[in-house]
Amino acid sequence: CNRNDKQYVGFATLPNQVHRKSVKKGFDFTLMVAGESGLGKSTLVNSLFLTDLYKDRKLLNAEERINQTVEITKHTVDIEEKGVKLKLTIVDTPGFGDAVNNNECWKPITDYIDQQFEQYFRDESGLNRKNILDNRVHCCLYFIPPFGHGLRPVDVEFMKALHEKVNIVPLISKADCLTPNEVKKLKDRVRDEIEHFGIKVYQFPECDSDEEEEFKQMDKELKECTPFAVIGSNTVVEARGQRVRGRLYPWGIVEVENQSHCDFVKLRNMLIRSHMHDLKDVTCDVHYENYRAHCIQEMTSKLAQDNRTDSPLPILPLPTPDVETERLIKMKDEEVQNNHH
Amino acid sequence: MTSAERDRYMSEIVPPEVRPKPVVPAKPSHVAPHSSGPFVPSPQGTGGEGRGSALLGYIGIDTIIEQMRKKTMKTGFDFNIMVVGQSGLGKSTLVNTLFKSQVSRRTTSWSRDEKIPKTVEIKSVSHVIEEGGVKMKLTVIDTPGFGDQINNENCWEPISKYINEQYEKFLKEEVNIARKKRIPDTRVHCCLYFISPTGHSLRQLDIEFMKHLSRVVNIIPVIAKSDTLTLDEKTEFKQRVRKELEACGIECYPQKEFDEDMEDKSDNDKIREAMPFAVVGSDKEYQVNGKRVLGRKTAWGVVEVENPNHCEFSLLRDFMIRSHLQDLKEVTHNIHYETYRAKRLNDNGGLHPITSSGQDTQESNL
Repeated sequence: CNRNDKQYVGFATLPNQVHRKSVKKGFDFTLMVAGESGLGKSTLVNSLFLTDLYKDRKLLNAEERINQTVEITKHTVDIEEKGVKLKLTIVDTPGFGDAVNNNECWKPITDYIDQQFEQYFRDESGLNRKNILDNRVHCCLYFIPPFGHGLRPVDVEFMKALHEKVNIVPLISKADCLTPNEVKKLKDRVRDEIEHFGIKVYQFPECDSDEEEEFKQMDKELKECTPFAVIGSNTVVEARGQRVRGRLYPWGIVEVENQSHCDFVKLRNMLIRSHMHDLKDVTCDVHYENYRAHCIQEMTSKLAQDNRTDSPLPILPLPTPDVETERLIKMKDEEVQNNHH
Repeated sequence: MTSAERDRYMSEIVPPEVRPKPVVPAKPSHVAPHSSGPFVPSPQGTGGEGRGSALLGYIGIDTIIEQMRKKTMKTGFDFNIMVVGQSGLGKSTLVNTLFKSQVSRRTTSWSRDEKIPKTVEIKSVSHVIEEGGVKMKLTVIDTPGFGDQINNENCWEPISKYINEQYEKFLKEEVNIARKKRIPDTRVHCCLYFISPTGHSLRQLDIEFMKHLSRVVNIIPVIAKSDTLTLDEKTEFKQRVRKELEACGIECYPQKEFDEDMEDKSDNDKIREAMPFAVVGSDKEYQVNGKRVLGRKTAWGVVEVENPNHCEFSLLRDFMIRSHLQDLKEVTHNIHYETYRAKRLNDNGGLHPITSSGQDTQESNL
């Protein structure tokens, strides 16, 4: 910047300095997808990030699924565009909602999210904070089936179990089986039910008053369109003389990126192009801080119960790695001893 | 934002030489998931085929830069700079010149009633300055009385104490249960140390100060009022100063051990070889060759502050403000503050998190 302006000091370059460092380091984002099998979660993820993460996946049949419990699986992929590096982690929840009895099937998921918070809390309170790994879940896409008449009990319970731990973005999946009217009715119904049950889904932040009109208009449309009705596709078809991602039916071609066909573009723009940073911020500033405050309070009250209020609270709240290792060693020793007898 | 705007924006930030090979996203398969075809390499780290999927190929990840930028512009920045040196070395004038505003308290001259402080005082003044839509809360911390006494033993102690107190304040807030979203940052990001332009060598006091504080805060030494040195005298003096600092094991900012990569190292090596910067400050303007310049007018000519042939003020300003401002803050936070924190944790075996909301401290809530 070689401005000849007399009064130019030069700290207007500060944002660039900040971002240059971020670009060098790269970004990371952890996205969770949850919902029953067969709602198109994997396909949607592939469509969003133009990858093929699930190539080697083996689909289980009904018998094999009888004994399946809810698992948590992680896929990580490094993506780069225009010099910006993103380490994307997709957390999948196969088995969710697939059993006959789905009581508390969200528990492994809430446990997973809490574990990431706990690990971060431990690292943040520790001595060596140089390279903390941030595995906290920044956003959870929740897939609602299009076949019903709104939210089902499992949908309500799941979202209520998670809405204070992670940013929930509910989606109406496989929306290509609905007519435009049906989509509208379903969206209205879902929105009403979300409010009725007091579910706190991710809220888009308010626009600044000094934003351009075009942006404000886009923002308004985005908000009125939720929950997004999405369609994903792993295949490329020919439509209107172009090659696009889509689904070929005898009665027509559904184009994933056609905004009059579904809200895929809106979801992608929101998730990646306009709100990715905010999703991370809300995770750090709200969900994580809640967890942390809760954790510290629990520790404080526990110490009070043990009548140890006079001793200072250690800043390393959980057993330090050394203590933990010692305990494990002790356990192993005992095991070995028991085996000898 | 149009893609043309995006491209232009990106080329401002990312230096061309840092661009590694992009990972091409895998082309979507034409077959249903149960493909029994040949093994296709995974998207992770491999080149993949050409840009056949280019028209379907833009995800939009680079826009996160713009998202971050908007956010940081909204929250604003703060910067805390301390000036240390004997009185009369032009500290306040230099800071005012650096930031082109009256941000430092000025003592124009010693009035009869104004006494030199008996001990080193710490006086801090904050201003919000704005440029190009970027708001910065600048705090200048002055240290009147430093080096002005007859006996200057331990005159760095109040300064060291102040710096550590700011670290402690930050630590207490960080450990709090209900901590603020943006912890108010009063830590000293940069300490400008003013060396007297004797032309001989560093004084004992200079070495003592920098020895005690170079591992606690970022020190940038400057040769003050350098318009009393000729070019040759300047070069020799700088060399001697650099040698002495090295001999005493004093590492000023930018410290070699914190260079992150080859690019940083080569940029910072150039700066280290030019330090300490020989500066002149002024808030008066004169007409030189038809232009108005900041300078000092003498019988033998006008010393132009921003003329790189006259003094190194521009170098200092460009280095400190235009390229390393953020880095000064990061080294303070990631290294000096962490060192302090680790020491505190090890000393007491722990800290007591504060449950009450505590007093309201001023926030840089721009």
